Formats: sequence, C-alpha cells, structure tokens
Amino acid sequence: MSTPVLGYIDRPGPLHALSGVSKLVLALGVVLGAMIGFDVRYLAVVAAGSIALWGLSRVRLRDLALVLWLIAIFATLNNIGIFLFAPGYGTELFGTRHVLVAGPWHWDVTAEQLFYQLTVTLKYVAVLPSVLLFVATTRPPEFASSLARIGVPYRFAYAISLALRYIPDVQREFRTISLAQQARGLDISRAVGLRTRARNLGSTLMPLLMGTFDRIESISAAMELRGFGRGPGRTWLVRRALRPPDVLVMLAAGLLVAAPIVLLGVNGGRFWNPFG
Amino acid sequence: MPSHTRDAEGAAPLIELAEYSFQYRAQSEPTLHDIDLTVRRGEKIAIVGASGSGKSTLISAINGLIPHHHRGTTHGTVRVGGQDPATVPLVSTASVVGTVLQDSNSQFVGLTVAEDVAFSLENQQVPHDEMPARIAQAASLAGIGDRLDASPQDLSGGQKQRVAIAGVLVDDVEVLLLDEPLANLDPAAGRATVELLDDLHRERGTTIVIVEHRLEDVLHRDVDRIVLMADGRIIADAPPDDLLASGLLEEHGIRPPLHVAALRHAGEPVTAAQRPSRSADIDLTSAQIAAVRTWVDAGTHGPGSPTTDGSTPGPAPGSGEPGAPGTVSTPAEAPHAPLALDLHAVRCEVPVGPARTAVLLEGITASVRRGEMIGVLGSNGAGKSTLARVICGAEALSGGKVLIGGVDAHGWSVTERGKRVGFVLQEPGQMISQPQVTDEIALGLRAQGLEAEEISRRTTVVLEACGLTPFRTWPVSALSHGQKKRVTIASVLALEPEVLILDEPTAGQDFAHYSEFMGFLRTLNATGTTVVLITHDMHLAVEHTERVLVLSAGRLLADADPAVVLTDPELTRRADLVTTGLYDLARRCDIADPHALVHRFVQADRADQADSEACR
Repeated sequence: MSTPVLGYIDRPGPLHALSGVSKLVLALGVVLGAMIGFDVRYLAVVAAGSIALWGLSRVRLRDLALVLWLIAIFATLNNIGIFLFAPGYGTELFGTRHVLVAGPWHWDVTAEQLFYQLTVTLKYVAVLPSVLLFVATTRPPEFASSLARIGVPYRFAYAISLALRYIPDVQREFRTISLAQQARGLDISRAVGLRTRARNLGSTLMPLLMGTFDRIESISAAMELRGFGRGPGRTWLVRRALRPPDVLVMLAAGLLVAAPIVLLGVNGGRFWNPFG
Repeated sequence: MPSHTRDAEGAAPLIELAEYSFQYRAQSEPTLHDIDLTVRRGEKIAIVGASGSGKSTLISAINGLIPHHHRGTTHGTVRVGGQDPATVPLVSTASVVGTVLQDSNSQFVGLTVAEDVAFSLENQQVPHDEMPARIAQAASLAGIGDRLDASPQDLSGGQKQRVAIAGVLVDDVEVLLLDEPLANLDPAAGRATVELLDDLHRERGTTIVIVEHRLEDVLHRDVDRIVLMADGRIIADAPPDDLLASGLLEEHGIRPPLHVAALRHAGEPVTAAQRPSRSADIDLTSAQIAAVRTWVDAGTHGPGSPTTDGSTPGPAPGSGEPGAPGTVSTPAEAPHAPLALDLHAVRCEVPVGPARTAVLLEGITASVRRGEMIGVLGSNGAGKSTLARVICGAEALSGGKVLIGGVDAHGWSVTERGKRVGFVLQEPGQMISQPQVTDEIALGLRAQGLEAEEISRRTTVVLEACGLTPFRTWPVSALSHGQKKRVTIASVLALEPEVLILDEPTAGQDFAHYSEFMGFLRTLNATGTTVVLITHDMHLAVEHTERVLVLSAGRLLADADPAVVLTDPELTRRADLVTTGLYDLARRCDIADPHALVHRFVQADRADQADSEACR
C-alpha cells in the first residue's frame, strides 16, 4: 500500500525504460568517478547531472524520503565530525590559510576547510542520487539479472533482489506489530522521550526480527526445493536487450570514470586548488 | 471409489517408506517411528494428524529436505521415484515430487506470477525463449493463467497458492505434495483449492498427497486413502469411508466432518457402507433420519439442557440460550448491558498508489454489548481486519464514528484506545518481545508507569486467569504455541481492557488445541471480558459466539445468530463462506429449522468437551 523505504518505484519514466545493466554501469561509473575525482568542478557537474536525472526519472523525493533523511543526517554528522577532529585539513591540503571566523583553540573556520568540506559533501550529492535512482527504477528481478550479467555470482545477486522483494512485506509486518505494541502502551511516537521510544522500538523490532529469521528459513527451503543453486549458472526470464540509449548511457559512464583520471594529470594532484 | 483404488494397486509405487524412523539432531526423541507408507502412481491420499504428530517431518522425509536441509538420524528406507533422496541431489527428488509449502507467500520469490513460475526453469538454465510457453501452460493448469503479470501484493491467498502449484507443475512433476494447503485460506478459497487438486488428479493424472487437519474440507472431493498419524506413527491407512466409521479420528484429535459427528451424537453412527465422506451424498438410513429428528427435538424442547458453561456469564444475563429458536438478533436479549463498542456508519477509504483510493469499509453500523462474545465473519479481504484497525485507531475513519464505552473515540491515540480495547494478533510471535513470561506481561504495565505493587498484583491475576501461573518464571521460548498465545492474551488482559479483539485466534491449530483454547476464551468471557473474534472459520463462530457480523467487500451483510448464517446458503455464498455438513444433514432429514440442528449439535459437542475435561 505505501511505498517502500528503498525499492522499485512503479511509476514508468524514461529511466525505467533503460536496461538494468546500463543503469548499473552508469551508477558504478558515477561511484568510481567520484571516488577518484576530488576536483570540485567535476563533482559539481556530476552532482548537477545526478539531480537532473532525478528530475527526469519521475521518482519523487517523497518516495525515498526516509532514505534521503538518513543520508542528510549522516552527511551533516560527517561534516561536523570532520570539522571537530580535523579543522586544519583544508589548510594542509591547499597550503594556504584564509581565516574567515576565528574560533576557540584550533577551530578556526578557514576558506580552505570550507572548500574541502564542500568537496566532500558534493561527493554525496553526486553519488547517492544515481545509486538510489538505479534501485528505484530497476525491477528487482532485472536488478538481479543485471548484477549477474556484470559478473556478480548469481546467488549473491538473487539474495539482493530477494531482499528488495520482501521489503514491502516486512514493512507491512512492522506496521501490524507496531500497532499491537502501541495498543499495549509501547508508544513509539514523538509523545514520549527518546529513551523510552528507543526501548519501545526495541520491543517492536524484536518480534519482527525473529519472524524475519523464520521467514528466511522457509524461503531458503522453498528455493532449494525448486532447484536454486543446482548449477553454476542460471538463465533469467526478465532480461532486456541493450538498445542505443543503453549504449549511450554506458559510454557516459566510461567518460565519468575517464574525466577525473584526466583531471588528475591536469591539476597535478587530486584536488583542484582555487587558492594557489 | 473402489475401482480407482484397484487401478492404483497395480501401478508402480512412487513413494515408498519402510520401517522409517527419524530423529532431529537437536531432539532427544525420534519424531517419526516405524513409518510404512506406499503411494502409487495416480493415487490421491490425505495425511491427517494433530499438531506434533509428525506430518511435517514426513513431508520433509519424502521431498528430500531430510537430510539435505534438516539433519538427524534415520533408520529404515525411503524411495522416491525409485531413488533414495539422501543419495541424490535435492533437485532430482524435486523433479519427481513437487512440494507446495504451507505459507505460499514465503514461496513467492518472483516479482510477478510469470517470474515466480519461471523460477525453477531459470535454475535449470532453460533458454530464455523456451520459458514463456512452459510458464503459460503450467499457469493455466493451475488456474492462474490470466494473472501472469500480477505482483504478489495484488493476489489473494488462494491465488498465491495457485502460483506455487504452477511453480512446481512447470517441472512436470509426478506427485504434488501439499503441506496444509487450506490453513491460510477462507472456506470458499479452500474449496476451490480442493477442486483444483481434484481436476489435476483426474485430468493430468497427477498423484496428490495432501497433508491437512481440516478433513471436512479435504473430503469435499474424493480421496483414495486417508493416512492418520499420531505421535510420529501411522495409526491407520484406510479408505475414507472405513476411517470415518471407525471413530479413530476423534480419538486422535482430528475433527470428523460435522455430519459424521452429528450422527454419532444422535446415537446412529455412520457405517463405511453408506459412504459417509460427504454430507450431500451419504446414504442416510431411515433409522438415522428418525434419530436425528428425535435428537434435535429433544434439544429444542428440553429447557434444562442448555445449562452448559456458556450460559453462566456474569454481566451478560441470558446471552444465548443456545436451544431457543428464533434467536436472530442478540442485542435485544441483553438490553441492560451498556454498549462496549458502537459503530455508526463507519467508512474507511485509504490511498492505494498514486492518485487512487480504495473503500475498505462502507456504512458499517453495529454494536457490541458488554459481556458479549461475538464473531466478525468474512472471507479474506472482506474488511474484517480493517474493522479491527479502525477500532484500534490504526486506520483513520473517512466517515461515521466509533464509540468506545459510549464515548466518541475520535482523536484518541492508539495507546489511549488500547487501554479500553485490547488487540491480540494472530501469531504470538508478532507480539512477544521479552524472554520471560512475567516480563512480557508486565511490559505494557511498566510502559504505563504503574507502581511495582500494582504491576505484580495485575500480573498475578492474569497469570491465574490464563492458567499460566505454573509457567510464570519460564522462558517464553520453552512454551508451546498455545501457551505463547495465552501469554499474549495475558499481556493484553493485564491492561484491563473492556473489550478483547482477537484476530484468527485458532488459525492452524488442530481440533484438540482449538477446543482447549476456545474453552479458555469462554471462561474469560464468562468472567466479564467482552470478546470479539475475527475469523473466517464458521465452526468457530457457530460453536462459540452468540452473534456474528458478516462482512463482504467492506459492507455488513448480516448481524445475526451464527446458526442462522451458517444455514443460509444465499448469505454464505455472498460472503464467500460455505454452509457446512450440518446444513445438508438438516435438509436431508427434513428439519424445518436447520439452525435448530446446529444449536443442538453445539450443545452436544460442548457437553462432550466438558466430559472429556472432567475425565482429565
């Protein structure tokens, strides 16, 4: 009934029409490119592209709201952490020091540090939308077959796709259990303090977890009975042939990986230094 | 069908167990003892037995999950398609015997019907182009060919089961082995499954082995043999007519078809010669018809007889004098008790997907008086659970109102409602989070911030009421399913709600456990708790409630005496329920009020149970 936290979103858009393989290659290209490249201009372009793709995809922010929140919180914590523990790292990297706000002890806010942290944050913005989009626009069986086609062992690929398949079921189960526990007074809404909430959430998750283990046990028996794992390979009913747009997307992925490698040489280092 | 059996005698044995015993590695006792069982090609057999009788283990022994998935010690021999499952890979046994597990949702691994049916083909590396034709063929055999693109969320329980059947038929298996195929289905879907299996058996010659304890439903179509199990042994292996006449079923915790039990109560038990499997075509003798008529009359006119445990509830005076005819609407009978729940034109509309909504409930007006024990009946998807969710505040109303204890509950949180209306889920595992019984019961009380003294007082009271006092210090994991269920009820009762709502309280329990559990609920009811049972089990409603609300497609079809509902073919058809054998029996004995026979039956059954409890 309600949309899953993270999973396939059935609202056909241009990205849904692409083959799972090409989307996976694109997502991997973005991840790899962003891992290599620390050039803020490159990251800005990739981030802009990722956001544009999101706009094209017809996936709504609301669909993945929870995941986006989690990522936003994590990115914020990460930024605070970097500043607390290494406020001088920007200066170290770029070799200059422009103090914007003088803080206590070594916590001076420098332009270099802000620039460094901007780069790190841009990595999130560049990488995550494309990965989320891949998951949201690829139907789980195709997702599994795409992984298998690029060489991931099929058991592993199928496990991932199966996890996605059962997310809606687990969510429904969670709602049922949570209703019963709330009716017993185990409130997990904002009305109670954080500690009580955490404890009550535990009382909801425990039955869910045990139930999930049982379910995994019975699924694995059912799959074995139907011959899963009998041979070194398997065929896939759902498989889409590659079409020209898929080839273009994969070429784009290649460019995304090549660009930061070229930039490494041009910049003479991993970072583009606007301060020098 | 004797001729059929004779054919089968000549056919080659497909499954053969000889002096077979099995002990799970983690257990101190063998689960199966000295099993001798032969299933020949083209046979259709039912394996019945109470919980813990070893039925599921027998399935694992046949389909190769023993020893490939479950380890333990084996004695004796097993041959499936001429081979020992232990010495060949699991898949080669699976290519002879296709297993359909109990929970068809867990078996559904694809995202659509076609993908799920294809699963086995994919694993065999069947080329992509050959798959669609084979999928379409298997799916149409299983009667699901028109839903190939549907996703599991869009299918009913019965349809998911058909997908599971198609998923094994795609391999051209010779035997279909089904583990409690009816456990999660409503009566109409259950019958449809039994009919489908019968068609496969007749038309395709598939050998069918059904493991089930809902025998009356299985016997809706002929089977060649019934194998009765108890305590890990085969007690009987005989044609259904012989077994029904033998009385062995009752002895081993299996409920015989209701018409068979009724004839026994009437003092004229069935014989094998009269083919007693089905109420519609049993050869009734004139002596039996006369006996039934006398028996029913005795119940109706004997004013003293209905003094069973049900007629002594405290706050509900006169609730259900079960023998009285014309008890169509109970509210009139308990006019003094205040209303515990009062629903006015309740409507519930929820969004399903973008820009679409579904109306789950429409115009439900009904009430429950304090001290009543009522049933909410309907097929899966009729709106029973939604009704409970609306009362508990999990689903918002889009019209009408819900009064709890006479007060409009609008704006109350789930927790506030929970103090007045306790909600017990179907599976105890869905509610239990503490390792110890007393902690589990105290959990909700602690959350309310009650004093330690009050917590221990209430815990003691509910432990006693639920018969759990001897187990209070036990770890929950050491309890049986029925005991765990009692723990969840105790934990809700501790909150001292006025109304207890139970979702499918007896699903999957065998007759003995079911009777014991319902007896417990009736005692609770007798001491003042109002009980609402959500169920699709007609027997349950007839035997243990005074009144039922019948839902279908979100609307209230009837608010009446369950015996009246049960014997109304038109109403049961519209609600996807089924009339039971008692209705046929009444019709064939020319009894004007079929529900009089139902009431008489319930009365006799309760007296029987009281006797058997007294013996213990």
